[in-house]
Amino acid sequence: MGVDNPLGENIITTSLDALVNWSRKSSVWPMTFGLACCAIEMMATGASHNDLDRFGIIFRASPRQSDCIIIAGTVTKKMLPVIKTVYEQMPEPKWVIAMGACACSGGIFDTYSVVQGIDEALPVDVYIPGCPPRPEALLFGLMKLQDKIMTERNSFGSAIGMGERYIPEAA
Amino acid sequence: MAENNRAVLKLKEKFAASIIDVVEFRGEVTVTVAKDAIIDILSFLKQSLQYNLLTDLTAVDYLGKKEERFMMVYLLYSIPNKDRLRIKTPVSESDCSIPTATQVWETANWLEREVFDLFGIDFDKHPDLRRILMTDDWEGHPLRKDYPLQGPDREPYKGRLS
Repeated sequence: MGVDNPLGENIITTSLDALVNWSRKSSVWPMTFGLACCAIEMMATGASHNDLDRFGIIFRASPRQSDCIIIAGTVTKKMLPVIKTVYEQMPEPKWVIAMGACACSGGIFDTYSVVQGIDEALPVDVYIPGCPPRPEALLFGLMKLQDKIMTERNSFGSAIGMGERYIPEAA
Repeated sequence: MAENNRAVLKLKEKFAASIIDVVEFRGEVTVTVAKDAIIDILSFLKQSLQYNLLTDLTAVDYLGKKEERFMMVYLLYSIPNKDRLRIKTPVSESDCSIPTATQVWETANWLEREVFDLFGIDFDKHPDLRRILMTDDWEGHPLRKDYPLQGPDREPYKGRLS
């Protein structure tokens, strides 16, 4: 900086948006919502070998304390109202990850009882292909979500009631 | 052979007019009986021949393959005799109902609800005939052969176009 630096290396300058985005991406708390075999991979990702905690990702058992929902598995039409309720109970800002072929597109279950992709009901931020995706794929998807959170603008302003959060279109 | 099976002999002795067919395949005995005698036969099998466990109860849709569209299937097991028996009875589409077996085995309650839900067969005098798998507002019965696989509100998949 071209000004006096009395505090030495103890100070950095940034924008409020970047600070808010950084804190949000560093503490993504996903709702525990396993629906099928993908949930096993999700649990494996959370366990010690892959260790989601190092990203600040801590699974919460309550939608009230979550800001991300990982749709991990086959969504049946009977389960859809439950997922919608849970999603609506989550406070803003919130993100949705569609994990696995079933959550992305219905997968192999092209039948009367299965929702053909959770994006029919919820706004999906990250799609993770695979059947089921390996923990590495889920980690990559979560890192993609972190990248996406960092691109958001007016994060702070929208939080204090000044305007809307602006999310750029994916490149 | 099936003819020498103890249960079959007893059934032939008591319900000769109601027995349509007796088949044995790989040691499994199947007796096809008329619908109006089904509860009498099932009660007799439980009370007198000790078939005290209803392993499963289900149905088959023979759409276009048989004159009477549905076939009810009762899979019985006798715990004291370690013996299995399969009882079948045809149910027509025009009179798509059958007396409930809940008066014989309590287990039949949910199993019959499942058959009602997926095949649309009514069970007379069933204590609680509601859908059990599909949602309450579901239309149609998905395991019927004429139910579209991908649901009634979708264009059926016709294979890859490219």
